[in-house]
Amino acid sequence: MSGQEKIRELEKFAVQIRVETLKEIGTLGFGHLGGAMSIVDTLAVLYGGVMNIDPQNPSWEERDWLVCSKGHAGPAVYAALALRKFFPMEELETLNKPGTRLPSHCDRNLTTGIDMTTGSLGQGASLAVGIALGNRLDGRTSYTYLILGDGEIQEGQVWEAVLYAAHQKLDNLIAFVDYNKKQLDGYTKDINDLGDIKAKFESFGWHAQEVDGSSVREIYEAIEKAKGAKGRPSVIVLHTVKGKGCRFAENAFLNHHMTVSKEQMAEAIAELEQQLQTG
Amino acid sequence: MSVILAEKRAKEEKDMRDVYCETLMELAGKDRRIVALDADLMNSVGMVPFARAFPERTFNVGVQEANMIGVAAGLSATGKIPFAHSFAPFATRRCFDQIFLSCGYAKLNVRIVGSDPGVTAAFNGGTHMPFEDMGILRNVPNITIMEPTDSVMLKDLVKQTAGLYGVFYIRLLRRSAVKVYEEGSTFEIGKAVQLRDGSDASILATGIMVDEALKAAETLAEEGVSARVINVFTLKPLDKEAVIICARETGAIVTAENHSIINGLGSAVAEVIAENELVPLERVGVNDQFGEVGHVDYLKEKFNLTYDEIVKRVKKVLTRKIK
Repeated sequence: MSGQEKIRELEKFAVQIRVETLKEIGTLGFGHLGGAMSIVDTLAVLYGGVMNIDPQNPSWEERDWLVCSKGHAGPAVYAALALRKFFPMEELETLNKPGTRLPSHCDRNLTTGIDMTTGSLGQGASLAVGIALGNRLDGRTSYTYLILGDGEIQEGQVWEAVLYAAHQKLDNLIAFVDYNKKQLDGYTKDINDLGDIKAKFESFGWHAQEVDGSSVREIYEAIEKAKGAKGRPSVIVLHTVKGKGCRFAENAFLNHHMTVSKEQMAEAIAELEQQLQTG
Repeated sequence: MSVILAEKRAKEEKDMRDVYCETLMELAGKDRRIVALDADLMNSVGMVPFARAFPERTFNVGVQEANMIGVAAGLSATGKIPFAHSFAPFATRRCFDQIFLSCGYAKLNVRIVGSDPGVTAAFNGGTHMPFEDMGILRNVPNITIMEPTDSVMLKDLVKQTAGLYGVFYIRLLRRSAVKVYEEGSTFEIGKAVQLRDGSDASILATGIMVDEALKAAETLAEEGVSARVINVFTLKPLDKEAVIICARETGAIVTAENHSIINGLGSAVAEVIAENELVPLERVGVNDQFGEVGHVDYLKEKFNLTYDEIVKRVKKVLTRKIK
């Protein structure tokens, strides 16, 4: 497959993840739509090609790991996992229903293919560092990917982990910051401005890049570059749009957690499916 | 469980921390999965020899307790067996959410060691003096909370936890303990140990209060009061059966702990007897107070953590006994 074809395929995969995520949240009627949608293109690149994983053997020891520290993006991760056949597509309809294996926030003990339990922001960063250390100690060549929200990096624990990862020269750890510029209560710049995220990570000793987080090509290339950075962990700051690909969500000011009507869902899915057809 | 009581109770020669380090080194020598974490207190807890012997399996994160707990949990997800240490207040109070979620809720496999329990924080003073560490952690579902009494018990419990799966809290006295058990004694986590039989009342004690409880029982015996002494070294899961038997057979209970009586051993015992076998209870322990600086003997007096207090409270509980 040519590079162009691969990119096209990843773009399609991203649209499919968006459609399925919308169905999950739309069927329920409410959910963390904004931050799920903004990270979809990165999930498409990770689950669509970059990550070394085996849906038939989800706890394969040599696999790459993903810690989605912004645990509320769970529904988007579940969509990617189901599309990769970690579990049946029908199960996506059970999001947050009583007894479900698909809770709002990622849970390693409930969902096949989820590597780590997250939900209390900041904790995934330390967990990912521990996983990367453990795999390195065993001589594994696997990568640990860590997805952080932009609001999440206001948590002090993130910077504890960032400092220690650099100290440990963890070049098997690649982090993403989903910089969609918004957190629950509004714009990050109005609430607690994050400043220059890339420069902050660089000053902590990380290899840092900044890309268009809605471009699978840019994300894919950035991961390749990150793998080339030896002796230090890497971060990719993703410039994203909260609610991306879902017009009503993009347009809403407060779109962290929102209600979704059947009409909104149908309209947004129709628009996305059209993208799939026209390319 | 196979317990041999020490013929003579006296201060042990070795510090508990040195025994902790030696035990971990022994375990690590046999099992590559054992790893040690610390938050800049490796010298304080005597773990420098471990760090020298197993540098690649030592993770001193610096002054970052929350990160340490998360890293420990992450390491355990890859199959490692982590022991993570800090002073007890910082190993618990400071990173409760990390213990609750990253370890407990995520069902990972982490041993947390909190040193300098209660008044033994002495000259570090009130900021470092945990009367609440076990009480906080009792809220974590399925956690195991233990306070080893002396070096023999410490060694046995540390070894046992290495082979078990779950979240464990080991409340570690750093300095030397009073010897209660002979070398070779083994213990069952969750099973209290009877140290002395008695029929008038039972004293249920943990940590440094075990020696005080035995002294109290000896004093009471001289006055014709027969007090049973039980070492409740596992706060969770509590040995409910032992508590109920004490209540039934002696009809009165006194608890003794170097910890707040709120949510500590006193509370746990109160819950059991209230639901199963209601008998009068007196709780010796810190009564809703913050710590302060001073030497241990001063602090024991200050917070009523003495055998005198236990004697008084046994006499009091006897006056409340249901006739």
